Amino acid sequence: MKKLVSAATLALGMSVSGLAFAEPVKIGMITTLSGGGAGLGIDTRDGFMLAIKQAGNSEIEVITEDDGQKPELAVQIADKMIQSDQVDILTGIVWSNLLMAVAPSAVAQGKFYVSTNAAPAALAGENCNPLYFNAAYQNDNLHEAMGEYANRGHKKMFIMAPNYPAGKDSLTGFKRYYKGELTSEVYTQVGQTDYAAEIAQIRASGADGVFAFLPGGMGIAFMKQYAQSGVEIPVMGPGFSFSQDVLPAIGDAAIGAKASGQWAPDFDTEVSKKFLADFQKEYGRLPSIYAVQAYDAAQLILSAAAKADVKDTEAFRAELLKADIQSPRGDFKFNTNQHPIQDIYLTEVVKGDDGVLTNKTVEKIFDDHGDAYAKDCKM
Amino acid sequence: MTLALALEQLLNGLQLGVMLFLMAAGLTLIFGVMGLINLAHGCLYMVGAFACAAVAAATGSFWIGLVASLACAAAAGAIVELLVIRRLYDRDHLDQVLATFALILMFSEGMRWLFGSFPLYLDIPPLLQGAMALPGGAQYPVYRLAIIATGALVALGLYLLIGKTRLGMRIRAGESDREMIGALGVDIRTLYTVVFALGAALAGLAGAMVGALQSVQVGMGEPVLILAFVVIVIGGIGSIKGALLGALLVGVVDTMGRFLLPQLVGLFLPPSQAGMIGAAAASMLIYVMMALILAVKPRGLFPAAHA
Repeated sequence: MKKLVSAATLALGMSVSGLAFAEPVKIGMITTLSGGGAGLGIDTRDGFMLAIKQAGNSEIEVITEDDGQKPELAVQIADKMIQSDQVDILTGIVWSNLLMAVAPSAVAQGKFYVSTNAAPAALAGENCNPLYFNAAYQNDNLHEAMGEYANRGHKKMFIMAPNYPAGKDSLTGFKRYYKGELTSEVYTQVGQTDYAAEIAQIRASGADGVFAFLPGGMGIAFMKQYAQSGVEIPVMGPGFSFSQDVLPAIGDAAIGAKASGQWAPDFDTEVSKKFLADFQKEYGRLPSIYAVQAYDAAQLILSAAAKADVKDTEAFRAELLKADIQSPRGDFKFNTNQHPIQDIYLTEVVKGDDGVLTNKTVEKIFDDHGDAYAKDCKM
Repeated sequence: MTLALALEQLLNGLQLGVMLFLMAAGLTLIFGVMGLINLAHGCLYMVGAFACAAVAAATGSFWIGLVASLACAAAAGAIVELLVIRRLYDRDHLDQVLATFALILMFSEGMRWLFGSFPLYLDIPPLLQGAMALPGGAQYPVYRLAIIATGALVALGLYLLIGKTRLGMRIRAGESDREMIGALGVDIRTLYTVVFALGAALAGLAGAMVGALQSVQVGMGEPVLILAFVVIVIGGIGSIKGALLGALLVGVVDTMGRFLLPQLVGLFLPPSQAGMIGAAAASMLIYVMMALILAVKPRGLFPAAHA
């Protein structure tokens, strides 16, 4: 019965989004499609476009441009999209340092920004903005979950992240929940590919666990080198470190690694299964966490556009805030600072029957988890 | 800090240095002999890594992949020299920079077109898997030791090639007077192609070896290229000996800096700030070193003989 109801709501939701919009909507997507971070951006774009395609509405237009993971380029593209393309909504940026360069000025010019990934602390607290929404999480969230997990059985942790806003948010989030001792807190360079020096420090640290936040190519390099180093201390990280975009390149070295995430491919809900099947059918690969976040961001925009005119900022914002969507993640609603309140799970990297590496859900760590900055947000 | 940790970090520095040497040797040879600034050298590194990953995936053998990486990078180098670089020798450095930068963009997009944007998988061969015990109780990955050994062999090979063979004699002659060696009846065009392909093969070898250790992805060559330029500027442009010493110096200083500076700052500041400030300072360290060396020796540690 429950299945039937959820299938019916899903069908209903789709028919609503298939209706004509109050007004045409123009979306500018700035994301990373070239360079070492391209895998993340491509999953973002593909997840977003999947929802747009499913909506099948000709009154929505998406312009996509590549930022090459460069802040200065992202700013130029954003200016062009706002001034000459006259977009209503910006979205798609993967990296927090790029988001900090683009989002504050975009919302100051009266445009919506719906983030598909980057969620720096600076925009979640005092400097929150009515036009800035985050469909992914707040940067600290997945790291907080790992801090909570590390409390069980890890007394001395070695923690490591790249030296940029999301890296600092990461270790801050981890430390907010982790009660044990830290042997070291190491910041690496963004885009670093050789971790020999850090691995030597891990070996000498006497820690009983390693927490590493290394998205994209950085995580691939670290995990492969770690597996060769003969160090046996277990590695854990947020979902990004072992996300579907990097697992094939890390290979078997990742098996057994524990991570946190708001979604994993084995979620047993109708919405998640349908999303997984649709994504695989469309693109021929497993979606990563970035694809899910972007899919939801597009769903949010579609849900609001079906009911309100995007030029009527107040009304559109009110519709976005309702978060009237069926997320593959399950429960999803917005906090007072327009960042998600959602469940966060512990996952483990396993090899499926077909030989493909993937993340398996182990248990729920946080139920309806918000973030620590919402209380400072006055809107 | 224990002795084992210090030894391990020293080896890490050596390994990084050796890898940089493979890149810098080709770069400095090409500059020394042909007077060409080749920004596309990092692309040949990428070509080597992709060739190795693709062939290793198809055949199941890293070693066949390694041979393929040498062949593909050398071939790519020779083709690029024949089609593009050849027209640049008489132009000034700005034109060369512009044209070779365009090559970077074309190589990157070409690779993305061929292999897609997601990183490829390339694993270390079973023979070199795992870690071995070193004297003093330290453990060190066998593969990294193999890279150090390969680098030492290449350095020796280059020394013999340039110092003891006819080809080497011509390369040295080309370095000291390009026009004269042409006038003496040496086929300078073929010599240029050979030198370029040799440099490309070394870059491809570095790419393949490092690809197994890091990730094989589009754009992997550019960060290494910047370091390789630092190396040849420090070592003295055009000098293989300078490239070797410069590479080892940069490798060891960079590794030790990343490891020691945060600890040094940590004596004065709380750990979270020390980590951040130390990491930022460490990333500047080799450039500071380059500036200091150039202040004392403006043409690098071992300037090549000609002006």
